[in-house]
Amino acid sequence: MSEDIAIRLEGLCQRFGDNIALQGLSAGLRRGVITGLVGPDGAGKTTLMRLMAGLLKPSEGKISVEGLDPIADAEAMRLQLGYMPQKFGLYEDLSVLENLTLYADLRGVLGEARRQSFERLLAFTDLARFTDRLVGKLSGGMKQKLGLACTLLGSPRVLLLDEPCVGVDPISRRELWKMVSTLADGGMCVVWSTAYLDEAELCDDVLLMNQGKLEYSGSPQALMDSMQGRSLLLKDISGNHRLVLQRALRQPEVIDGVLQGAAVRLVLKQHAAWPDLTPLAAGPTARLEATRPRLEDAFIDLLGGGPGGDSPLTRHMPEVRLAEGVDPEAVIEARRLTRRFGDFIATDQVDFRIRRGEIFGLLGPNGAGKSTTFKMMCGLLKPSEGEGRVMGLDLKKSASQARQQLGYMAQKFALYANLSVAQNLTFFSGIYGLRGAEQRQRMDDMVQVFALGDMLDMNAGELPLGFKQRLALACALMHRPPLLFLDEPTSGVDPVTRREFWTHINGLVDKGVTVMVTTHFMDEAEYCDRIGLVYRGRMIAAGTPDELKAMVAGEALPEPTMEDAFIELVTRDDRQREARA
Amino acid sequence: MSVNLRRLTALCRKETRQIVRDPSSVLIAFVLPVILLFIYGYGINLDANRVRLGIVSLDQGAEAVRFVDTLKGSPFIEPHVGNSVPALLEEMKMGRVRGLVVLQDDFSAKVRQGRGEAAIQVQTDGAEPNTANFVASYVQGAAQLWLAERRQDLGLPAPPVIEVQQRFWFNPTTVSRNYLVPGSISVIMTIIGALLTSLVVAREWERGTMEALLSTPVTRAELLLSKILPYYLLGLAAMCLCVAVSTLIMGVPLRGSLVMLLVVTSLFLGSGLGLGLLLSTVTRNQFVAAQGALTAAFLPAIMLSGFVFEIKSMPLPVQAFTYLVPARYFVSALQTLYQAGEVWAILLPNMLFLLISALFWLGLTAARTWRRLDGN
Repeated sequence: MSEDIAIRLEGLCQRFGDNIALQGLSAGLRRGVITGLVGPDGAGKTTLMRLMAGLLKPSEGKISVEGLDPIADAEAMRLQLGYMPQKFGLYEDLSVLENLTLYADLRGVLGEARRQSFERLLAFTDLARFTDRLVGKLSGGMKQKLGLACTLLGSPRVLLLDEPCVGVDPISRRELWKMVSTLADGGMCVVWSTAYLDEAELCDDVLLMNQGKLEYSGSPQALMDSMQGRSLLLKDISGNHRLVLQRALRQPEVIDGVLQGAAVRLVLKQHAAWPDLTPLAAGPTARLEATRPRLEDAFIDLLGGGPGGDSPLTRHMPEVRLAEGVDPEAVIEARRLTRRFGDFIATDQVDFRIRRGEIFGLLGPNGAGKSTTFKMMCGLLKPSEGEGRVMGLDLKKSASQARQQLGYMAQKFALYANLSVAQNLTFFSGIYGLRGAEQRQRMDDMVQVFALGDMLDMNAGELPLGFKQRLALACALMHRPPLLFLDEPTSGVDPVTRREFWTHINGLVDKGVTVMVTTHFMDEAEYCDRIGLVYRGRMIAAGTPDELKAMVAGEALPEPTMEDAFIELVTRDDRQREARA
Repeated sequence: MSVNLRRLTALCRKETRQIVRDPSSVLIAFVLPVILLFIYGYGINLDANRVRLGIVSLDQGAEAVRFVDTLKGSPFIEPHVGNSVPALLEEMKMGRVRGLVVLQDDFSAKVRQGRGEAAIQVQTDGAEPNTANFVASYVQGAAQLWLAERRQDLGLPAPPVIEVQQRFWFNPTTVSRNYLVPGSISVIMTIIGALLTSLVVAREWERGTMEALLSTPVTRAELLLSKILPYYLLGLAAMCLCVAVSTLIMGVPLRGSLVMLLVVTSLFLGSGLGLGLLLSTVTRNQFVAAQGALTAAFLPAIMLSGFVFEIKSMPLPVQAFTYLVPARYFVSALQTLYQAGEVWAILLPNMLFLLISALFWLGLTAARTWRRLDGN
């Protein structure tokens, strides 16, 4: 029904110099629904948003927003449009009310209309109690709601939200979703961009993008339905489920596989029969059952399947041997670990023990204390109280010796963007004390394992995202550390690259490397053997992914997802806190 | 380019609130000027009175003693009397004395012989030529005085000497504060005009608020004016503070009118604000913009404006370059207004150049202030 289309894109191309951000995009976005603009970083989501908001002029093609051209009819179009950029576009040094007033003045919402919209929006966003508070002092979730409120002034007919949920905890994410759904039900055309495929499943329509190309446009449900019968769960595995995954990915009928708690999730080729269980060697009790396809399964299928399950790293990394006296049950250990910044307790009496060859995840919303805990365990930050040990070394006394034992991969790959690949490798192997023939040998190994040979002279900053990730991992591994610390390793990365990354990690774990990872990403949590849920500085729950899910399973939620578990556990903690107060 | 008064007011109010709530802008606009004025007014003094002078007299005769006493009596000399030349030379190396006067042991004898063979040795630290000149001329002055007194004592008629009577116009006591303070005001205005504004547009880009603003019906003119007006007023407020502190507290005379001061300052702020906003708009990065403002505005204002270093003594290419530095015209206008009053022959050309410069920078900024992310 063409009268339902609010935004029409025709043959849209966008180039920045030699860089092609969008190529040949055509689609129609409907009124009264939420359209998800979905894809990894660098897919062209933000460029498309800016084009629709009239902030960029398309190199080729046409856009019409409510029948108006965003460039030629800019003034009229802006009155129809609400655009919330990343980081919400708020002034942190102004109060809630001052921000609202500013945008009301700019959008010409005056007098009685202003009074009414403020009242309505403050009630809608539940911010009425905080009108005098400076925005800088609001939580991520509250900023996001205020950003939405400022965008909604002047009653736009089209609402563009650019990654509204980055840096916001899952609870606020659900609240925002509810609010935006109400708006869409009222006839608004809502565009919501996200890198999370699970978020996109809830949208009425999606534009699935990858590297500037539109891979799919339409209902996510229809796409998932088209995968019906191809998504399987391999349950009740005995033995090492990582090895089972590795073997499953070698089967010709399997195009993709990931760990899901203790089970293995597999996606089959179109029209393929179920794989034979014998070569998987998953134990006598193992059984396959069909499961509801996810949008991610479909996305991987559109991209031509995931990577294989074998990591060439395993050929080059030696088996980790623990020194005398290191307890294999506690190669990493925190005892009542506490860190204060002034009055603020960032980490409050956290305890955990990590076994050799285990992947342990610290999961929690932004600002929960994950990073502080993580930094103390890396020996980058001194604990105020309590004790942290890695490989039996006390971090208070021998932080630098402890650091030599670990490989560290920072958020967003801390590489030197203006050094070449070879120079980055030389530098990082050098700071871990590798010299001469040994250094050259280790660098050659890494170049071979990660197929970096063709790009040794390229600057790290110019590498495609997937190669940046490989290089960052290579830099963390050249000194063959028995421990690997990963800080949000794959946020914003496309699902194929993420799988490749975890294939390498799984390979390392087979060799006895112990991995500690922070994440706020539910998918990533599923790869962990055990998870510690961090909230307001404390570890409020710990266990395997399946155990955490079991904690919240009940009549209302027979098969909770990791996100359901997270939200329920955090809400319970809030309730207990209120009951005590 | 249309302007809607309501939107402009809203933007200006927002900008003003941000200025007031940001302690660093208050610090730069009101605390820094006072500190700088006092540093330039009292801390830096180009008059070099009371030079520390080492004196070694190897002669205990009456003539030598009298000469040393004359030196000690000079108001410009802080004497350090010693009896070893190497020891005092060491003192000079350490910078504890600026020069050295040596009388040999036959000084009194040679003076009495009257054959003009008596020698006074003056050694100065050539590493600081300015001070070395002062030392040499102070000692010469003291020697003249000593000769005249000696003739009087001996009852000889004083020889007819041609006396040079110096009279400095406009700054009769040649207090360097009187021209350094107006000069330093130009540095302060540069900091407020260029440095502070180099941060403001870049900050909006970095924090993502610019994108939100651009998606509203705001026009280019409104955006530009909302950045210029509040910082212009802030600059004028700081100027008032500078004038008050310099005249009322530091006692620097102001001979020109306040109205002319306002006109000249406004013209100069036009260049400063324009340059700062241009850097901010083009770089979209606070750090780079601030570095740019330091290099392009602050350093020339100190070094090439003629406020500390005389432009006429610079190499010709550098002199030619100073014509491009707006602070040069502002310093000249300020020093004229403070020390001489409304000398139109000096003020008018300076104002003309300031006007051209302001129009140039503001025009360039307006041309680069885009309504979209990719131009125009």
